Amino acid sequence: MRLRFVLGIGLAVLFANSAEAFTAYVSNEKSNTVSKIDTDSWKVTKTIRVGQRPRGIAYTKDQKYVMVACGDDDTIQLIDTHTDAVVGSLPSGPDPEFFTAGPDGKLLYVANENDNTVTIIDVPRRALIGAVQVGVEPEGMVMSPDGKILINTSETTNMAHFIDPVKREVVASVLVDQRPRFAAFTPDGTELWVSAEVGGTVSVIDPVKHVVEHRIEFAIPGMRSDAIQPVGVNITREGKLAFVALGPANHVAVIDIKTHKVLKYLLVGQRVWHMDFTPDQKYLLTTNGLSNDVSVIDVASLKVVNTVQVGELPWGVTISDH
Amino acid sequence: MIRTSVLATLLLIAVSPALPASTLDVKIGYIGTIEKTTTISLLEMPASNAGLAGAQLAVDDNNTTGKFLNQSFALQEIMLNGEDDPAAAVQKLSDAGISLIVADLPADALIKASDAGRERGLVFFNAGATDDRLRQDDCKMNVIHIAPSRAMLADALAQYLVWKHWTRWFLVFGSHEPDKLFADALRRSATRFGARIVQEREFKDTGGARRTDTGLVQIQSQIPLFTQSAPDYDVLVTADESQVFADYMPFRTSQPRPVAGSAGLEPTSWDASFGQWGALQLQSRFTKKFSRWMTAPDMQAWTAVRMIGEAVSRTNSADAKTIASYMRGPDFAVAAFKGDKLTLRDWDLQLRQPILLADGRTVVSVSPQPGFLHQNSELDTLGFDRPDTKCQLK
Repeated sequence: MRLRFVLGIGLAVLFANSAEAFTAYVSNEKSNTVSKIDTDSWKVTKTIRVGQRPRGIAYTKDQKYVMVACGDDDTIQLIDTHTDAVVGSLPSGPDPEFFTAGPDGKLLYVANENDNTVTIIDVPRRALIGAVQVGVEPEGMVMSPDGKILINTSETTNMAHFIDPVKREVVASVLVDQRPRFAAFTPDGTELWVSAEVGGTVSVIDPVKHVVEHRIEFAIPGMRSDAIQPVGVNITREGKLAFVALGPANHVAVIDIKTHKVLKYLLVGQRVWHMDFTPDQKYLLTTNGLSNDVSVIDVASLKVVNTVQVGELPWGVTISDH
Repeated sequence: MIRTSVLATLLLIAVSPALPASTLDVKIGYIGTIEKTTTISLLEMPASNAGLAGAQLAVDDNNTTGKFLNQSFALQEIMLNGEDDPAAAVQKLSDAGISLIVADLPADALIKASDAGRERGLVFFNAGATDDRLRQDDCKMNVIHIAPSRAMLADALAQYLVWKHWTRWFLVFGSHEPDKLFADALRRSATRFGARIVQEREFKDTGGARRTDTGLVQIQSQIPLFTQSAPDYDVLVTADESQVFADYMPFRTSQPRPVAGSAGLEPTSWDASFGQWGALQLQSRFTKKFSRWMTAPDMQAWTAVRMIGEAVSRTNSADAKTIASYMRGPDFAVAAFKGDKLTLRDWDLQLRQPILLADGRTVVSVSPQPGFLHQNSELDTLGFDRPDTKCQLK
C-alpha cells in the first residue's frame, strides 16, 4: 500500500516535470457517463453519471462547468468542475447534439438535430432566447475567430450555413459533400474547414467569398475508400497543422494547412470522431467509439503515445485551460 | 475529364437566400398501388400510404434544402387499383409536365409504365419491385432501382448465416410465384457463399384464411408435423413473400432451430427499430408526420426522392436527362443512414446499399459481413456484380 503510494508520488513528480497537468472530460454516448481524465497520469480519475446519450461536451469559458448535451433527455447538463456533480441544466430544445459558445461565453448556440434549428441559449440566465431555421439535421457548430459569423452544418441538406449571430439569420449557404459533420476555422479566420462523413472529404471554404476553394481527399493504403469517413477537425493554434479524425478508418490524418496536403496518417482506436488539444498544444486527445478508449497523440512527434480506456462509445472530449 | 471540371465548377457555386427570384421547380411523380395484402401478423398489415409517405417526407426534406438554393419540390401521386393501366398514369403525369417518376409497382406494371414513358424521356425510380429480372434481362436505361433485388436480400442473409457457421439450411418456400423467385435467390446465395440446402419443402397455399378465431390451436400442431423428419440442419430458411406461412414457423418447428428469410431474421432495406448512423432523426421525422412506423417501402421511396434532391442541388437542373446522367456518373452519391454512401452500379442501375437484418424487434446485423471482400466495393458482394450481369442497358 505504502509502496504504491510512494511510487504514485514519484510518477507524479516525474510527469509534472515533463508536462503540465490538465483535466479532460469525455462523453460516453452509450454508458450515459462522462469520464474525467488526468492528463498527467493518463488515468480516469472519476466517472460521472449524466443524462441519456451524452454527446457534445465543452467547458464553459469561466471553466466552472462542463456542459454536456444529453440528446435523449432534450437537455444540456452542467457538471460543476470542482465537485464533478451535475448541478443544473440548460433548456436546449429537442435532441441537442453539438453546440458552440459565443466569444464572451454568455451565449450558447445548439444544433437540434430533430428540429432543423439552431437554438440560442443565454447561459448565465439558463434561458432559451432564440432560434434560427437551418437545413435538415443540423450538426457541426463553430463561431468565427472574430465572433461575427456562426457556422452550422446540416447533414442531410449537405451545406455549411453562415449565420449572422446578431440578426440571427442565415446569410449564406455553401454546398459541401454528403453528411457534413464538423466545421473549424483556421486561427486567422481565412479558411473554414468542413468535414463530410459520407462524402469522405474535407471542404476548405473561403468564408468571405462563400466558395469551396479546395477539397481534401484521403487515401490509406489497403483501406477501402468507403471506410474513410472524416468527422472531427482540429487545427493547431499557430495554424500550421490540421488533424482530421477519419471515423471507421481508425486513423487521424495530419494535414499541412498551407499546402492542404496530407502529411501522415496516425493509427488510433476504432471509429475515431472528436478530438481536443491540451492547452499547451502538446497533446491531442481522440475519442474512439468502438474501442471504448481515448488515444493520446504527441503533437510534436506526430506519434500516438498513450491510450486511456473510458466508458462505452466515447463521443466528445473537452480539456481544461489550466 | 470535362465532366469532372464542370462538376467542380458547380461545386464552387456559393448559394445564398438572396438569389434572384426565379425558383427552380422540380415536379416529381409517384405511382403506387392500393395494396390489399393480407398478412399473418396484424403488425405487418401495410398502411394505405405505405411508400407514398416516404416520398412525401423526402419532398419536405428536399424543400428544406431547396429554400437555401431557390429550388422547390412538389409531388403528384397516382394510386392504381388492381386493373388500372400504369401507362395511362404515366401519360397523365407526363401531360402535367412531370418527367421524374418514383414507382412502387409490381415488375410487370413497372415495365409497362417505363415503356410508356420511354419516348417522352421519362426516368423511373423503382422503389418497390425486388425482381431480379428487372436488373438482368429486363433492365432498362430509364429505370433506376432503389429497392434492393431479391439477390441482394438473399446474399445479405446468406453472408450472416455463413458468418455464424449456420451453413446447413432447411428451405421452405411458398407456392406463389414471388415465393419461388425468392427461393431461387436463396439457392443462388447458398451456392455463392458456401451454405448447403439439406432439405427443401414447399408449403402449399390452400387458400385458407390467415387468421381465424381459434386457429392457433391447429397451427401449433401442424407446423411441427410439417417440419419433422428433416436431415439435421442449423437454420430454417423461409421464402414466403406472400405471407402465407413463414410467420407461423418461429418457436413451432419440430426441432428447436432459428428461423430466417421471410420470418425470424429478415433481410430488409429498413426497419422501424433502426437508429444507427443518424437514422434516429429520420425515424423521428417520419413518426411525427405520419403517426406510424417507417417501413422498407417508405424508406425506398424516401431514398428515391432524396436522390433526386441530391442530383438537383448538385446540377441545379430539373431536367430528367441531366439528373439521370449525373446519377449514373462517378460523382453521384447519396447518404441514407446506412453508414456508407450509396451509389449506382453503372451496369444495371441498381443502388448499392447495405442490407439490414432485422428480427422484428431490433436490427441484428448489417450486411455485407466482415470478411466478404471485394476489389471495388464490398457492397458489390450483394446481388449481381459486374461479371454476373446479363443487363444490356438500352
